[in-house]
Amino acid sequence: MNSENVKLLNKERLDDFLKVLFRDCIVFGPTRKGNMLLFDRIESIDDIVLGRGNTMNSVKDALFPQKENLFNYRHGDEGTEIQKPSAEEKGMVLFGVRPCDAQGLLLLDKVFGGGQKDPYYIDKRSKVAIIGIACENPDPACFCLALGGGPCSTKGSDLLLIDIGDKYLVKAGTPKGIAFFEEKVFEDADDEALAKASLVEKKAEESMNRAALGEAGIGEALEKRLEKLFDDPIWGEVTESCLGCGVCTYLCPTCHCFDILDETVKSTGERIRIWDSCQFPLFTRQASGFNPRPSSKERFRQRIMHKFCYLPKNENLPGCVGCGRCVTKCPVNLDIREVIKKISLREAT
Amino acid sequence: MSQLIHEIKEAARDFLRDGEDRTVIGFEQGSLPLQSRPCFIRKENDLERLVWNGFCKNNLAGYLPKRKGKIAIVVKGCDSRALVELIKENQITRDQLVIIGVACNGMIDRNKIEADMDGESIVDVEEGEDVLTIKGTNSSKVFDRKEYLYDHCKVCTNPVPVIHDILLGQRDSNTPQAPVNDTFSDLEDFSALDGKERWKYFTEEMNKCIRCYACRNACPMCYCPECFVDASRPQWVGKSTDLSDTMIFHLMRAFHLAGRCVGCGACEQACPMGVDIRKLNRRLQKDVMDLFHYKAGCNLEEKTPLATFRTDDSDSFMVEP
Repeated sequence: MNSENVKLLNKERLDDFLKVLFRDCIVFGPTRKGNMLLFDRIESIDDIVLGRGNTMNSVKDALFPQKENLFNYRHGDEGTEIQKPSAEEKGMVLFGVRPCDAQGLLLLDKVFGGGQKDPYYIDKRSKVAIIGIACENPDPACFCLALGGGPCSTKGSDLLLIDIGDKYLVKAGTPKGIAFFEEKVFEDADDEALAKASLVEKKAEESMNRAALGEAGIGEALEKRLEKLFDDPIWGEVTESCLGCGVCTYLCPTCHCFDILDETVKSTGERIRIWDSCQFPLFTRQASGFNPRPSSKERFRQRIMHKFCYLPKNENLPGCVGCGRCVTKCPVNLDIREVIKKISLREAT
Repeated sequence: MSQLIHEIKEAARDFLRDGEDRTVIGFEQGSLPLQSRPCFIRKENDLERLVWNGFCKNNLAGYLPKRKGKIAIVVKGCDSRALVELIKENQITRDQLVIIGVACNGMIDRNKIEADMDGESIVDVEEGEDVLTIKGTNSSKVFDRKEYLYDHCKVCTNPVPVIHDILLGQRDSNTPQAPVNDTFSDLEDFSALDGKERWKYFTEEMNKCIRCYACRNACPMCYCPECFVDASRPQWVGKSTDLSDTMIFHLMRAFHLAGRCVGCGACEQACPMGVDIRKLNRRLQKDVMDLFHYKAGCNLEEKTPLATFRTDDSDSFMVEP
């Protein structure tokens, strides 16, 4: 590895680095709220919790919040006045992002920054730095390796911290990341540290199941198979226990569907964007009352199709990064890994 | 335990052999340790999938409203009380059902166990009568089963199903076979707080809500074809996660469940954000008991208090606000 892309950060100097970040930026990171580990805005260094495991919510919340004000309006005698929200001047740092979540942002970039540019997302995205932290002990529900990521992958991160004992090996994935190395807190990396980091990576990867989505995994064959299976009874079979709630979509780091609403009180109001979910009946219910996706069967199929067929075709990226949130938090343990495996074994009828 | 699951399978087998178009709703091993999950079985060959253990937390009665055909369903005490209410509310008929009741020893709260694993991932679990041995990635830990039950299981006063066609499993001899009224002693500390403090508590809890509706969808009594939060013409409730919107959702839902909620805890188990949803419903259970001497789901004959009128109904809440 090129030495300009990799440095060392002594754990004792982590606070010094964080102080720099807090001085210049708005910081989001993992923090404890009650008994939950959440990814949220952080006001003080002491509130950052860098431990095992991932946060309950994904980091998408920071760039694509569940509720976002698009503008305020007022209807008056002289017409309608529009007031746009004031953009944040300061830069943003997402600190302690797991590699799966960082990879998820690459998909959001395509959705919100591709053909149609979403100014609200783009504005935040242009100001944000992603500082990831590698997973030396992936959870049994994690399957990033099957989605082209990995527990120490730098995809989507500007910087990635790998815990090698009393120090972090810090890899820069982008020029933005390399710019951080100007700070005095970083030291040059030696061969020993690099060797330690590759051992961490090797051990973490070995503890995971590369074939969590079946031997064939994702790719063109799966896309074609899914297209053929659109009307297959398999969807009814796998979704019989589905409750139709939005846990899987709302915790997902790549799910990005939203609704836009006006909340009006008398002559003033705000236009807001809120998350929506393909798992809800209202998502597709038409004005006539007809619903082309009337049950969990069609809604869950859409979720799988979107993630493993449509997005790979349209954006060249799957809509899943293997974070495992939907696996662990589904109230009925409807495991997306098992569904993909079943699909890959199914012959079209 | 192995005897019990054998008996469940045999009961299910008898049911399947008894006719066509039959479904068994029970539990199978989930894809992760500490997780059992609902399963639907129609063929004898699939009966091997059935399991019974301390992780069969879901209330399967939620799958019944408006379901057609003959169904055998595995139920715990709380689930059976949801069945009673669903039958009374004409969501399913008694003669469609073969109820395989299992005397319940309480279900284990996975979140509580995970919180005490010092960040270690759980690889395997061995469930004994009184203890759980949890194998982590690096070490093994022993947990006292009773301490790690769900909160609603800790205060459960009728773990034995109130209606059943077959009753399986054993509780110790002190366990009441018939429903016993709650003392609601678990609410005392909370009720002693003043209004402002209680409001603060609910504010903090509802602020965690992400509007995923897992609570509503897991609830066996939430079966409205269109929930009031999904109505768009008119739209009754705001859709955002602002406190005013989430609070209205949870308060309205609690009102809809007054006199109907059986306290099975399905809402709280399903919530990914750890919102204490049950507190509201539990308090309403107490109010319904105090005002109408009614505990939901205890028998098929007694009418639901909010669906009937008696001249001696309490009206204190109207005249002494």
